[in-house]
Amino acid sequence: MMETVRTQALTRRFGELVALDQLTLAVAEGEIFGLVGPDGAGKTTTMRLLTGILEPSSGEAWVDGLHAVREAEGIKDRIGYMAQRFGLYPDLTVQENIDFYADLYEVPKAGRSERLERLLAFSNLTPFRRRLAGNLSGGMKQKLGLACALIHTPRVLFLDEPTNGVDPVSRRDFWRILYQLQQERVTIFVSTAYLDEAERCNRIGLLHQGRLMACDTVEGVKGLLKGALLEVRCESPRRAAGVLRAAALGSVALFGDRIHVLAADADRGRAAVEAALQAGGIPVLGLQVIEPTLEDIFTSAIPEAAHA
Amino acid sequence: MPELAVTLRHLERRFGDFVAVNRISLDVRKGEIFGFLGPNGAGKSTTIRMLCGLLEPTSGQGTVAGYDILTEREEIKRGIGYMSQKFSLYDDLTVEENIDFFSGIYRVPPEKKAGRKAWVLDMAHLQEHRRTRTGLLPGGWKQRLSLGCALLHEPRVLFLDEPTSGVDPLSRRSFWDLIYQLAGEGVTVFVTTHYMEEAEYCDRLALIYRGELVALGTPSEMKGELMADQVLCVSCDRSHEALGVAAAVAGVRDAALFGRDIHLMTEDAAGLAPRLRQSLEAAGFQVDAVERITPSLEDVFVSLIEARDRAEGAQQEFRA
Repeated sequence: MMETVRTQALTRRFGELVALDQLTLAVAEGEIFGLVGPDGAGKTTTMRLLTGILEPSSGEAWVDGLHAVREAEGIKDRIGYMAQRFGLYPDLTVQENIDFYADLYEVPKAGRSERLERLLAFSNLTPFRRRLAGNLSGGMKQKLGLACALIHTPRVLFLDEPTNGVDPVSRRDFWRILYQLQQERVTIFVSTAYLDEAERCNRIGLLHQGRLMACDTVEGVKGLLKGALLEVRCESPRRAAGVLRAAALGSVALFGDRIHVLAADADRGRAAVEAALQAGGIPVLGLQVIEPTLEDIFTSAIPEAAHA
Repeated sequence: MPELAVTLRHLERRFGDFVAVNRISLDVRKGEIFGFLGPNGAGKSTTIRMLCGLLEPTSGQGTVAGYDILTEREEIKRGIGYMSQKFSLYDDLTVEENIDFFSGIYRVPPEKKAGRKAWVLDMAHLQEHRRTRTGLLPGGWKQRLSLGCALLHEPRVLFLDEPTSGVDPLSRRSFWDLIYQLAGEGVTVFVTTHYMEEAEYCDRLALIYRGELVALGTPSEMKGELMADQVLCVSCDRSHEALGVAAAVAGVRDAALFGRDIHLMTEDAAGLAPRLRQSLEAAGFQVDAVERITPSLEDVFVSLIEARDRAEGAQQEFRA
């Protein structure tokens, strides 16, 4: 397996704060790797360390075979980086923005216009090429940011929370583009605070307070959940959640009209839920074992790991 | 007949020729947690601004917390609470100073101030940190403080805008436990969000698109009877290459990669599954599984919007 990104005990402190604590991971060529965690988990710090913008306090990193500190300049030619507040010029048109980045990355003039046309088509921005970037919708700005980050045909793409604030329709569009890029063997390192989005990645690393809590395929991470997750639909779900909590059947979470109960064993859990609700006089409308979401994993498996 | 906290009847707002909100009618019960979803530019913010008494409707009627949105806008502003994703707390002030500041803004009567402050500190579990500078608090704590400040004046309707965006899942869950508790005490909660993880926590959801109410129901109803398409999940080798083959099978409305799998939208999952497997195997792919899955709220959202776009397109062709 060819590794495009590799880190070894990568650590960054800001004064007393350990923003990133001994991160060790590897990302294979052509993989979509998701760095997943809440605000303040250390996602942006990791991005900056890997893109040669920030130097580590200790530990090492390599990107596309180059050392992140000693060969940082070389790295910059081989990667595309879309930061959270990416620098689009609102008073330049779509095309002028891409042109500007082409100059910045010293993309040779020969073949440049073909590349530009391809990127416009690829990001569905061809009809808007003469529109000012400032007049684009949020989703379109994102696609333009991506096109700019791709102008020099990078081998590795770093995307820091690319779909933050973007609606689900544009988000789905954006992922379609990422999967197309993957087919061209571009390695994509993407960060997100949204666990439903993380499910689209090939592999994910869960980052919490600067530490990597788990790193595997989505299925692998879901396998960390011990026990069976039951979804209960019943009358008066709020009261039912109280009843189930009082019965101490395992962790209970209320989601609008459904309740999730994490039981050690599916059959016994099911029987216990039915018994508790019957005793509480609450009719059960539906009770089934469901596949956990990453949020279920995060809220149950992660606290144990964090305190281990 | 349950008590209603929000009623809208044919609510409309135009900006010149542009119809931002097109005759929306809906009711929200007292103590309900109501999610308001829609893509950017769908008319969500315009609706919320009218509900908060900040913008006058062009036509239609509505009430919020019993006040008329046309004639009692000042009363509405005093009777509602609002918390945005960018918690408007002052980082340089201590926890206690922020509470005092918002007490002043919301004109909490002097005799009630101490009691309300104690309530917020208790609710947000911040008694021990009353003199901590707000900027030093972890995200989840700030969010509870922000919620407390929005509730100082005991509003009957609370508006939340992406309240748990970027917060870790544990804090998000405990935040929603607080919201359920408030709702249990009769506070009505109106949530706007782009994030389906937040939408899952609501009692009922409305999807708004192009200024119109496209769907209304509980999260389970949305994934069941209101979802126009069914979703098939295909696990096979070389899914990137298989995507093209799968998308071309008759009856597939939409095909998209999802991690290593392919998700397909179709009207008839049971009929499609065997044909799909056949086509993929004939093309040399090794198919591990083809199964119908419960759609995610995002699937529902996208499918309803695309269905509306198709209807609109068909109508335009008809007119032409």
